[in-house]
Amino acid sequence: MKKNQSQEEFIKGIWRDNPVFVQVLGMCPMLAVTNSAINAVAMGLATFFVLVGSSFLVSTFRHLIPKQVRISCFIIIIATFVTIADYTLLALVPKVHKELGAFIPLIVANCLILGRQEAFASRYPTKLAVMDAMGMACGFLLALLSLGAVREVLGDGALFGVKLFSENFEPWVIMILPPGGFLTLGVILLFFNWFKFRKDEFLEEVAEAQRSSH
Amino acid sequence: MDNLPWIFISALLVNNFVLTYFLGLCPFLGVSNSLETSFRLGLATTFVMLVTAICAWVLNTYVLIHAPYLRLICFIVVIASTVQFIEMLIKKLSPALFRAMGIFLPLITTNCAILGLAIFATNRGYGFWEGLVYALGAGIGFTLALVLLAGLREEAELSSIPKLIQGTAMNLIIAGILSMAFMGFAGLFSST
Repeated sequence: MKKNQSQEEFIKGIWRDNPVFVQVLGMCPMLAVTNSAINAVAMGLATFFVLVGSSFLVSTFRHLIPKQVRISCFIIIIATFVTIADYTLLALVPKVHKELGAFIPLIVANCLILGRQEAFASRYPTKLAVMDAMGMACGFLLALLSLGAVREVLGDGALFGVKLFSENFEPWVIMILPPGGFLTLGVILLFFNWFKFRKDEFLEEVAEAQRSSH
Repeated sequence: MDNLPWIFISALLVNNFVLTYFLGLCPFLGVSNSLETSFRLGLATTFVMLVTAICAWVLNTYVLIHAPYLRLICFIVVIASTVQFIEMLIKKLSPALFRAMGIFLPLITTNCAILGLAIFATNRGYGFWEGLVYALGAGIGFTLALVLLAGLREEAELSSIPKLIQGTAMNLIIAGILSMAFMGFAGLFSST
């Protein structure tokens, strides 16, 4: 049972409660850095590190943190991890760090991370909290990657810097500029809405069929 | 001193925080359902931005020279306490306004536009006045984007829109079109 529960916490972050597509959290880094797939992956990994690390600490010390100042405590823990991530990226991949620029420090203000600390890590044991954080971070990474890939393919005709089309492809430049971020995410959310609509309709039909058969 | 008007216009229109840097999207999408509240939130955010710019300058000049790696932690603590302070101040001075703002006031802490402002101003090496003007431009730009979207959304409420597209998807697409319109302002700088 225990194992099932931690598995479930992991899975739910990826699909059912996907932080970006379902809960619409953490939009700012989401849109700003997804103009190419490689930036999206770097951002996703940095967020993964910060989210898992701070969830681990917060949930380990959850009985020691006084209720009144918990938000400030969470923020300071998160800020510490973000500083580590910032300097690590600067040392390992200076080029990507330069392109992401101010958006690495801005992970601090990502509402997804603070939201998980408040809603989950500060209430549950360490193991569950880490699983939840990993699931959410994977979901975030997937969302970043899908948005980054779509925008890079349409706007630059490439994926991870590899050209996909022949010379005749005319890049849709608007997609890697700011408006493209809004439009792409809007269309993806539209798709999710449609999916949910279909599912609701299907469930209704099933309920209807059951009622008539009785 | 010559570049002050340019910094202002750049932060206000050309590099609008919401529509080109994607900062402060959470209140942008969450609060923009009525013109009245979005205008008030915009003003409160502008005020916090001005205070933050001053604090960031003081911190950068006197404290962080000795310990640059503490920058992020310092900024976030200063912002959080500023917001808390303003909240108490408004509660004392004008309880009516405090009630009208409700949950939005504490939420300004997690508005990345504020932290972004402090970081951008530091990265560009702005001095005191430049930082202040930059904060004013960014704040008014944020208010402008918020009010524009709120106006469009209020109009959209009255028209019949397919159920499928209602909600965040529609807001994002509206924001995309707004952002395209703001791209036109980029031409302001090409001649100089």
